[in-house]
Amino acid sequence: MRYPILPSSEITSESAYLDRRRFLTAAGLIGAGLVGAGSLQALTPTADLAQPKPLGKPYGLQPGDTPTSWEDVTGYNNFYEFGTGKEDPRENAQGFRTKPWTVRVDGLVEKPGNYALEDFLKPSVVEDRIYRMRCVEAWSMVIPWRGIMLADVLKRAKPTSKAAFVEFTTLMDPAQMPGQRYPVLEWPYLEGLRLDEAMHPLTLLATGVYGRDLPPQNGAPLRLVVPWKYGFKGIKSIVRIRLVERMSRSSWMVAIPSEYGFYANVNPAVDHPRWSQATERRIGNFRRIPTLPFNGYADQVASLYAGMDLRKNY
Amino acid sequence: MGSRSGERAGAGPWLGLTQAPRGFALVVTLAPPLIVFGIVSVLLTDLFWGTRLLGTDPVKSGEHLLGEWTIYLLFASLTITPLRGITGWNWLARHRRTLGLYAFLAVVFHFVVWLFLDLQFVVSDYVGWATLETDLTKRPYIIVGMTGLLLMTPLAITSTQGMIRRLGRRWQRLHRLVYLIAVLGVVHWGMSVKKDLTEPVLAALVLALLFGWRIVASRRRRAERVA
Repeated sequence: MRYPILPSSEITSESAYLDRRRFLTAAGLIGAGLVGAGSLQALTPTADLAQPKPLGKPYGLQPGDTPTSWEDVTGYNNFYEFGTGKEDPRENAQGFRTKPWTVRVDGLVEKPGNYALEDFLKPSVVEDRIYRMRCVEAWSMVIPWRGIMLADVLKRAKPTSKAAFVEFTTLMDPAQMPGQRYPVLEWPYLEGLRLDEAMHPLTLLATGVYGRDLPPQNGAPLRLVVPWKYGFKGIKSIVRIRLVERMSRSSWMVAIPSEYGFYANVNPAVDHPRWSQATERRIGNFRRIPTLPFNGYADQVASLYAGMDLRKNY
Repeated sequence: MGSRSGERAGAGPWLGLTQAPRGFALVVTLAPPLIVFGIVSVLLTDLFWGTRLLGTDPVKSGEHLLGEWTIYLLFASLTITPLRGITGWNWLARHRRTLGLYAFLAVVFHFVVWLFLDLQFVVSDYVGWATLETDLTKRPYIIVGMTGLLLMTPLAITSTQGMIRRLGRRWQRLHRLVYLIAVLGVVHWGMSVKKDLTEPVLAALVLALLFGWRIVASRRRRAERVA
């Protein structure tokens, strides 16, 4: 049901027919969605009852982009705290306790604090947004997230004038996160954004996917989503948000500095040392599609990097 | 069978197996191609009919499985000699070449899947000679892997009885390349993983064991000759 037939094939199977219909509906809807607030609910394959409906307003979707299936979104991802295989997190994260959960906001802010997750989320508007997701490994998905704008949280904490970067930390709990018992990466996982990136309206703190609470394997209960950056910037199971003066370290930068930079903006012109980033394989589709600068969000975010050499600041 | 070193002197083969157990040859001859063609069929089934036998990303899974089986079959082939030496099961000898040939079968499919299904050379409008050239010249793990594949080709071609006869002593010398090929295979594996080196490191340890046995055996052989 998921792969369009290979090019040489002349056969039109039912699945190819459905795929084509889905593609056409999507192309039409996205056209409409860019103008108004189109919902992609109609795209849900009716045959698959286990699949919840993708909710939300599409942001930056391209013709042909359809939400990746629930099964793939929640069954195939990197979350090294639960194993290095992409199918490990779903298997190993099931007992993960996300209640109670506390988030600490501190560093260069006027209003630091420890918040119970509910209190942390309460003042903000929860939105459903459909984003593209491009992994640095050259595969991609389209994911209907649910979450709040990070900017909202930061504004409430009131960064001081010295604050220039935001550092995020994942929970450190080797008892629950078996991956942390091995030094694959430096634990706990760290990520960072420049303050203007963090304040950008596209930057989400996600609490859900497909209109449901995040499953543990996807970074429950709180994870970062920055759609114009490679997926590894989307730090999961966040317990701390710290405002700092200097560029913070991130786990992948520390692990392999020649391959992973701080910015990690999706950029088809800058290859990963081991593979080209010019194209990507969309999960659920066979054929490669071109990778877009800033993953298709250039109109919204390219100005953040005006004058910067993106080959050096990869 | 001469007095190969490491061979059990006098006591006879383990478990009294002077010849292969019934069905052994059949299993060794049929299982590896079934596995290799099985992976390929399952991959194609996933691609054409949307089954999920290989999970979410059948191309990657299939490509990796074929690569891993190349190593396993290569190791199996390299295990024959030590195993024979330790157990005295000389009837194992005839399977060494077969297993090596099946490793080649696996690596050919590994290469084809990489080239046409993963990289999508000419299959995708966006992937042409330029991309391929960059991959073949600038990406060390691909260069290492390709070298291994290229070195395996003459070994596969010369694996017939006729070739063995024709090449005589040179055949053995040529086929010592398998040691280099095995090293290249394991290095290629290690270089291609993102961060978790567990499996390639385990493979390297197994390879070290296989090499170690040969070194010890050849030392002993030399010592015997001197004595």
